[in-house]
Amino acid sequence: MAEITLAQALNKAIDEAMAEDAGVFCLGEDVSAKQGGGVFKITSGLTEKYGENRVRATPISETAIVGAAVGAALAGQRPIAEIMLMNFVGVCMDQIVNHAAKLRFMSGGQTNVPLVIRTTTGVGVGFGGQHSDMLEAWFAHVAGIHVVTPSNAADARGLMRAAIDCNDPVIFIENILCYGLKAEDPGPGYRVPLGKAAVAREGSDISLITYGRTVLDALAVADDLAKEGISVEVIDLRTIAPYDEATVLASVRKTGLAITLHEAVRPFGTGAELAANIQEKCWDSLKGPVRRIGGTFSPVPFATVLEQAWIPNKGQIVGQIKAALGKG
Amino acid sequence: MSTIDRAKLLDIYTRTMKVNRTDEKFRSLLMQGKVAVMYYCVRGQELVSAAAMAALTDDDYVVCTYRGQGEQTAKGIPPELWWAECLGKVTGTCKGKGGTMHITYPEKGIMVTTGVVGSGLPIATGLAMASQNNGDGKVTLVSFGDGAANIGGFHEAMNMAQLYKLPVVFLCQNNRYGEHTAFADHTSSESISARAAGYGMRGVLVDGNDVNAVYPAVQEAVDRARAGEGPTLVEAMCYRMMGHFFGADFSYMPKEHLAEMNREDPLPKLRAVMLDHQFSEEELDAIVAGIDAEIDGAVAAALAADLPGAEELAIDVFETPLVEAH
Repeated sequence: MAEITLAQALNKAIDEAMAEDAGVFCLGEDVSAKQGGGVFKITSGLTEKYGENRVRATPISETAIVGAAVGAALAGQRPIAEIMLMNFVGVCMDQIVNHAAKLRFMSGGQTNVPLVIRTTTGVGVGFGGQHSDMLEAWFAHVAGIHVVTPSNAADARGLMRAAIDCNDPVIFIENILCYGLKAEDPGPGYRVPLGKAAVAREGSDISLITYGRTVLDALAVADDLAKEGISVEVIDLRTIAPYDEATVLASVRKTGLAITLHEAVRPFGTGAELAANIQEKCWDSLKGPVRRIGGTFSPVPFATVLEQAWIPNKGQIVGQIKAALGKG
Repeated sequence: MSTIDRAKLLDIYTRTMKVNRTDEKFRSLLMQGKVAVMYYCVRGQELVSAAAMAALTDDDYVVCTYRGQGEQTAKGIPPELWWAECLGKVTGTCKGKGGTMHITYPEKGIMVTTGVVGSGLPIATGLAMASQNNGDGKVTLVSFGDGAANIGGFHEAMNMAQLYKLPVVFLCQNNRYGEHTAFADHTSSESISARAAGYGMRGVLVDGNDVNAVYPAVQEAVDRARAGEGPTLVEAMCYRMMGHFFGADFSYMPKEHLAEMNREDPLPKLRAVMLDHQFSEEELDAIVAGIDAEIDGAVAAALAADLPGAEELAIDVFETPLVEAH
């Protein structure tokens, strides 16, 4: 099999889902061929195959984009709505939180919203305060939404297919810095089930629980520390909510130590929920407190030097691991 | 004389009275303390809802608001299911998990009842988008009040619907109050329908208290939508003859407004049209008596029905029931 980038993996997953099911369609700003197939080209080539009704370039109207996607999903279609950058969810939270997430429950199961909301974000490209945030915790806090993010191209392909298959809304978070990551193409029809974490690297001394771009940092740190005789287990959640509790708890029971790591700011982040749950359920296995690593509690800054100071870095991860192991 | 044929008039009258008698019954139960739930009265707006629903087929989609009893009843939700839902019973349309503000019944096309002002318009746009995509021939009608015309989603949905020429009808029931604020105090334009021009859309302003005005206007909008001629914004002028919700004070309404609304009450006007068309008093009274009997039976059944069990909390959150709340 050939190698593909994460961006190509997403495109292939969407393409094959559209080919198999006439109810799958894309909508969002700039997504069709006339606009070049999206700002990040994820929908390129699809208009030519499926026509403009199934690759709808929309006005800059996030509320109408998500609202329309909710309506089409209620009618049995499987829309893939693109919110170009994650911060723009602030414009359409009502449709996501009050409608997409709740309509199955409030209708007593008579209706459901099989909707994928693709959105991209990421710190490290100088986009500043309104184009960089990881806001996964906002959605993880709402019952009725799956929150997914891939850390590699193969998972991107498999998670996107599973997200499109899902009969409930999925927030699918892409990291700008990960679009170029390459992996062996898992091929057509590949699916990574939602709610299943991956043990990205096995280890025995400490569990590092993360997702998305910071999986790369976690794996790099684990490589480095292996040379010092420290064995780090890296858990890639892949689905942030509802997450794979069994895999997380099994890992922590094995290692006895856990650190959560995410790009989003630390206070009230998903790491706090993971830490609390681990401490409730693995207390007897724990050799020390669960530590949390996250972004600095300030808006994401613009200047490169500030941005790099803001983002959790490998040095911090190494420091926390060594401190947890009493080797600080 | 009406341009509406007798069969359709009878249909509209029956739907109107179902809405009205349901409203009266609800207020009576609330007054007597037999039920204690939020209820948004529809007194004064019965005809608009009934005429609009009479312009649709069973399969057409409807999105309405918390003040949606009119659409829900007139579109044909079985009363026993509707009442059970309003009373929070497991036998309700939504197993008691939606309630008065979130009634859903896809079997009759009631796809969403939203409790958030203006949120229905984008969703209706999407239902219509699905129909355009799959060619099912359905029309979507979304009902909302004048207050909803000032929220962003209204403008986004209007623009998008016209852009794609979607089969959707935007029905603004202008009851002249957004919550407690009078129309002139919350809207600078003289009408909502005039805004349609700003989106290149067809806009129609009609008297919602006159069956001969409101029904043909909605029917034409529905027919055009179904024929692929795109959306219409229909503004039906009416009155909210009660407070914002049951029990709410409405002393802020000026005396002249109250006098005007009583003068324009759609129910005596509709009855006069019916009598003009040789429907007899007895015939019309018998229809209402039949409706009352059906409602009484539905209320009795709803009062006696079971409450939902706590296990329902884990069901319908996702497709797969939650095993444990994290």
